[in-house]
Amino acid sequence: MRNISYIDKPNRTLMVYALVYLAFLYIPVLFLPLFSFNDSIYISFPLAGLTTKWYGQLFANEPMFASLWNSVKVGIVTSIFSTLLGLFAAKAVTRYRMPGKAPVVFVIMLPLVIPYIIMGVALLILVNRMGIPLSLFTVTMGHILVCVPFAMATMIPRFEGFDKSMEEAAADLGENAWWTFWRVTLPIVFPGVLASLLLCFTISFDEFIMAFFLAGTEPTLPIFIYSQLRFPQKLPGVLALGALILVVSFIVVFISQWLRRRGSDDFTSSEV
Amino acid sequence: MSDVTVTSDAALETRKSWSRRLRARFLRSEGLRGYVLLSPTLIVMGITMCIPFGIMVAMSFWSQSGFEVDTAFTLKNYQEAIDRPLYEALLIRSVMISGTCTLATVLISYPMAYYVAFHVHKRKLLWIILMTLPFWTSYLLRVFSWKIILGYNGVINSGLKSLGLIDEPLTFLLYSPTAIVITLAHAWAAFAILPIYVSLEKIDRSLLEAAADLGEGPVGRFLRVTLPLSLPGVIAAMLMIFIPTVGDYVTPALVGGPDGLMLANIIEVQFGRVNDWPMGAALSIMMMIAIGLITVIYVWMTRMITRRIA
Amino acid sequence: MSGNDAYIRIVEVSKHFGDVVAVDTINITLSGGEFFSLLGASGCGKTTLLRMLAGFEAPTTGEIYIDDAPMSEVAPHHRPTNMVFQSYAIFPHLNVRANIAFGLRVDKIDKAESARRVDEVLELVQLQGFGERRSNELSGGQRQRVALARALIKRPKVLLLDEPLGALDKKLREEMQLELRSLQKALGITFIFVTHDQEEAMTLSDRIAVMSNGRALQIGSPKALYNAPDSIEVADFIGKMNFLDASVSDVEKDQAVLDAAGLGKVNAASKADFVRKGANIVVAIRPEKLIISADRPGEGRAAVQGVMQAAAYLGDRSHYYVSIDGAEKPLAVAAQEVDTSLSQSLENDAKVWLSWADDALVLLPRG
Repeated sequence: MRNISYIDKPNRTLMVYALVYLAFLYIPVLFLPLFSFNDSIYISFPLAGLTTKWYGQLFANEPMFASLWNSVKVGIVTSIFSTLLGLFAAKAVTRYRMPGKAPVVFVIMLPLVIPYIIMGVALLILVNRMGIPLSLFTVTMGHILVCVPFAMATMIPRFEGFDKSMEEAAADLGENAWWTFWRVTLPIVFPGVLASLLLCFTISFDEFIMAFFLAGTEPTLPIFIYSQLRFPQKLPGVLALGALILVVSFIVVFISQWLRRRGSDDFTSSEV
Repeated sequence: MSDVTVTSDAALETRKSWSRRLRARFLRSEGLRGYVLLSPTLIVMGITMCIPFGIMVAMSFWSQSGFEVDTAFTLKNYQEAIDRPLYEALLIRSVMISGTCTLATVLISYPMAYYVAFHVHKRKLLWIILMTLPFWTSYLLRVFSWKIILGYNGVINSGLKSLGLIDEPLTFLLYSPTAIVITLAHAWAAFAILPIYVSLEKIDRSLLEAAADLGEGPVGRFLRVTLPLSLPGVIAAMLMIFIPTVGDYVTPALVGGPDGLMLANIIEVQFGRVNDWPMGAALSIMMMIAIGLITVIYVWMTRMITRRIA
Repeated sequence: MSGNDAYIRIVEVSKHFGDVVAVDTINITLSGGEFFSLLGASGCGKTTLLRMLAGFEAPTTGEIYIDDAPMSEVAPHHRPTNMVFQSYAIFPHLNVRANIAFGLRVDKIDKAESARRVDEVLELVQLQGFGERRSNELSGGQRQRVALARALIKRPKVLLLDEPLGALDKKLREEMQLELRSLQKALGITFIFVTHDQEEAMTLSDRIAVMSNGRALQIGSPKALYNAPDSIEVADFIGKMNFLDASVSDVEKDQAVLDAAGLGKVNAASKADFVRKGANIVVAIRPEKLIISADRPGEGRAAVQGVMQAAAYLGDRSHYYVSIDGAEKPLAVAAQEVDTSLSQSLENDAKVWLSWADDALVLLPRG
C-alpha cells in the first residue's frame, strides 16, 4: 500500500469529471434497454408505457435465432483458434531469442490498427480470386485475423510474469515440450487463456464489418441486426435484442478482464 | 550379397547421422525453435492478411466491366481516383473527421486517465475495467444507440421538447459530420484511455516530489513533468484512434447522412452495387497510403517537438 | 558407477551470444562421485557452462560427453542430469509432494512406488510433514530443499546446482552447506555446484574450477588452489594474498634465487617454466605465512624489518599492515591470537620484523 503523499491529494474537480465521464460512456448505451421496454415503436420521450412484449416477440423470431446460432458457432471457433495461435505466439515471443522478432511482432499486431474495411475487402478479394464461396467459414477466417493480436496481447503478460525456469525445470525432470506445456505452462497461464477465449468470443460475436463483407447466405447476428435497421416496426425488437447482447457482453468481458489482470498487481501492462 | 548389405548399412548410417545432425542443429538454434513455434500464427496471418493485401495491390491495377475482371495492367483506377474530385473530397473529409474525433477523444480521455492513475488508490482494477469495458461491446450497437439519441424524434430532441425547452427538433444533430464526430469520440474513448493511462501510471512519483521540492506548484508540475512524460502514451493513443476511424464504415452509414459520407462508404459500394472491384481495391490502397503518409508525418513531427522539449 | 574415470568430459567448449563470448574454450574432466564447483564472479560464464551441461544452452563449439555419449544430440529432458535452479522453480500450482514426484511420470513409476519414494526423499531433506504445503507457504530454505528433493528423486548421475544457497541468510547457508556435503558423500553422485562465494566453494568441494571472463583459470583441489595458485588472478581470488614484484637472479635445478621488492634476496622452490634467469615475476605470500615479531627472529630464517601501519584486532586473530622499504603497498599479516602479550607490544609506527619459511613463497608469472 502506497502512502498517499501530498502529491496525490484528492481532487474534487477531477473526481466529478471522472464520474461525468463514466456517465457519458455508459448512459448512451443504456438507452437501448430503456426503450426496449417502451410500448411504442418510436424512440422518443416521453415513454409510452412499459412492456415486455418486444422481448416476447424476440423468442418467436426464427431468422434471429438462426443468425444468433451462426454468431455463436463462428465465435466459438474463432476464440479457440485465435487463442491457440495467440498462445504459441506469446510463448515464442517471450521465451525465445529470435532474430527479427520486433518486426514480426509488429506484423502480428497490425490488425489492431488497420481499418477493418480494408482487411475485410482484401480478404474478400482473396477468397473470390481463389473461388472460395462466401460463408461462415470465410467470416471465421476474417475474425481469426482480427482476434489473434488481442489473444497474443492478453497472454503475453502472463508469460512474462512467470519464471522461465519452471519450464526448464520440467524439461530437466524428463518432460518433453508437449508434456511441459500440458503439465506446467498451461496450468500457470490458464487465467490468461480463459480471458483470451472470452475476449475473442466477444469480439467475434459483436464484429460487424468483416462479417458484412465476408458472409454468404448465412448472416451473423450483427448482420441480421443491421438488416433490420431500415424497418421502423422492427426497431423495438432490435432494441430488445441489443439490450440482451449488451448485458451479456458486459458480463463476459468483465470476467475476462478481471481474470486477465487479477494476480498481477502490475497495472502498467501495455496494450489492451 | 554382402556388398548390398554393406552399402545399405552405410546408407542407413549416413541417413541416421544426417538426422542426428539436423536434430543437433535444431537443438542448438534457439531462434529456429522460436520461429517453429511461431509458424502457425505467421502462416495464418500470411494467408488472411499479407497475401490478400498483395492481391489487392495487384487488383488495383486491373479493371472490371460487368462480371469480367480484366487482368491487364492499367493505371486507370488511380487515374480516375485522382481526377474525380469526389474521391479527393471524401478523403479529405474522412481525414478531417478522424482528426477532429481523435483530438476530441484524447482531450476528454486524458483527465479521466489522470484521475485513475493519480487519485484512485483502492479498487484500481475496478476503475480500469469500468473505463475500458464499453469498448469491448458491440460497435454496431453503440453507434446505433447514438442514432436514437440524436434523431429527429430521438432522445435529445423529444426530451428537450417534452421539457418545453425547444419547439422544433434540432436538425443538425443527426446526419451530419458532427454526429459522426460525437459518435466516434464516444465509441473510441474507452480505447484511447488505455495508452494514456499506462504512460501516466509509469511516471515515477518521486519525480513529482522532487519538482515540488524545487518549488513547482501543481500546475507547473503538471506542465513540466507529468505532461511531457505522458506524451508517448498520448501519441500512441492518437495513432490508435486516427487510423481505424479514417476507414470507418458503420458510423457514417448510420448517422452520417449524405453530408457525412466517408471514403469507406464509397469503397463498400464498389464491392456491392457498383461492382467495380479493381476500383475498390485502388481506393483502399489510396486510403492506406494516405494513412501511412499522415502517420509518418505525424510521428516525425512529434519527434521534432519532443526533441525541442527534452 | 562412482570411481569411473572421465565420466564427464567438457571438451573445448565455447559459447557465444552474438559478439559476446560467455564461455571460452573450457576443458574439464570429471570423475564420478566428485563434488565439483564452478567458482567465479558474476558474468564469468559459470552459470552458462552449467546450463550447457543441463542442455538449456547449446555450445557454439566443442562438445560435452557424459559417460562417453555426446550431449549435443541429446535434449535436456533425455539427459542423465538434474538441476537445482537458482530461483528454485517450484511449481506454484502443485503442492510439495506433487512437485517432488513430478519427474516420476516420465519414468513410469506407479502411484504406490511414487508415494514411497517421495516419503523417502522428504526424509532425506528433512521436510517430513511438509507434503501438503504449496510453494507460497514455504520459506526460502524449505523451497530450496523441495527443489533438491525434486531433483534427487530422479536418482541422477549428475546433480547440477545453480547458486542454490545464494538467497539464504548466513546461518542457514552454513547449515545447508554441511547438509549438502554429507548428502553428496552419502549418495556418491557427482555434484556440480556454481557459486561466487569462494569460502563456500572451499568448504564443499573436492575440486574447484576458478573461472573468469569465460575461461577456466585453474582447476584443482581447494588445497592446491590455495597453496599453489598458478596465476595472480587465482591467487587473489582465493583468500587474501600479498604480491611483490621480483626478478630472477639465478636458477639451479628446482631452486631459484630472486631479488624481491622490499624483501631483498630470497630463496624459493620452483619447477615452473617461467622462472628463468633474468625473468620478471611476482612473488606472493599469504598473510598467515608471514610471522610477525617485535625482535629479530633467529639465524637462518629469512626476515625483513618494517614499520607497523595499522592493526585490527578481530578477537581470534589480528590483522596487521606493515610497510616495507621497497614495497609499494604494505604487507598484510594475519596472526592468531595465541599469545596476547605479542599483540600488546605491537603498536602503530613500531618497528617490527616479518619472517617466513622458504616454501611459503609462491612464484607467479607477471601480468
